Amino acid sequence: MLSKIVRTVANQLILFILVFGLYVIAHGHLTPGGGFQGGAVVVSGVVMLLVAFNSQELKKSLRERLLTIMESTGALIFAALGFAGLGTVFFYNFLVGSPIFGRIPEPGPNPGDFWTGGFIPLMNFAVGIKVIAGLSAVILAIALFANGEEMEE
Amino acid sequence: MRQVVGLILLLVLVAFLVSGMLLIHPFGDPSPSDMDDYIIENAQEETGSNSVVASVVFDYRGLDTLGEATILFTAVTGVLLLVRTLKRKEESS
Repeated sequence: MLSKIVRTVANQLILFILVFGLYVIAHGHLTPGGGFQGGAVVVSGVVMLLVAFNSQELKKSLRERLLTIMESTGALIFAALGFAGLGTVFFYNFLVGSPIFGRIPEPGPNPGDFWTGGFIPLMNFAVGIKVIAGLSAVILAIALFANGEEMEE
Repeated sequence: MRQVVGLILLLVLVAFLVSGMLLIHPFGDPSPSDMDDYIIENAQEETGSNSVVASVVFDYRGLDTLGEATILFTAVTGVLLLVRTLKRKEESS
């Protein structure tokens, strides 16, 4: 565990990192970024907490069971969205034109509307959940293993 | 018997790979700009996504992204399994 200054700064900073990561995930269909990138940003915040505090402290709030469930849920949502368009083709964007994320922007440069993109925002969320949970679980498991502990007692 | 079957499978695999290598298009043909132009012109109307990269990753080439997600899932599963097994072995020995 590092000094009190580092811990306090990390405590304040994690909020901004989480918000920025969620922003990158949520606006993946409008701006550069997406599920993988935003998830990696969030996991970098988790790594910062891991450095500032030690892995035993982080283990109390990041349960392995929760992370496993989150990752499997993300993968299932992703695959289910792929199969949902199977009436036309695999991974058909069936939500374009529907009330959910179905608006179509005007071609060319435009300010960007959040409710566009068909199932791409949903896919971004699924992949984001998956990346956050998966990479956090890996990093936490390796850190705990380096300290000679195990994730679930 | 097993060796014969293995040899046949090996020959089939080698023939598949060699035929794939011979049948591959020459470098730069067909011109990749055809698909680029199509995607750049039609991605916004067809997928409604302003970010063309996101529309390619999740819509046009969604199957590849599924493979990518599977790779990540397998990697996480493998790391968790490996780390735990090493721990158990240390304890038992």
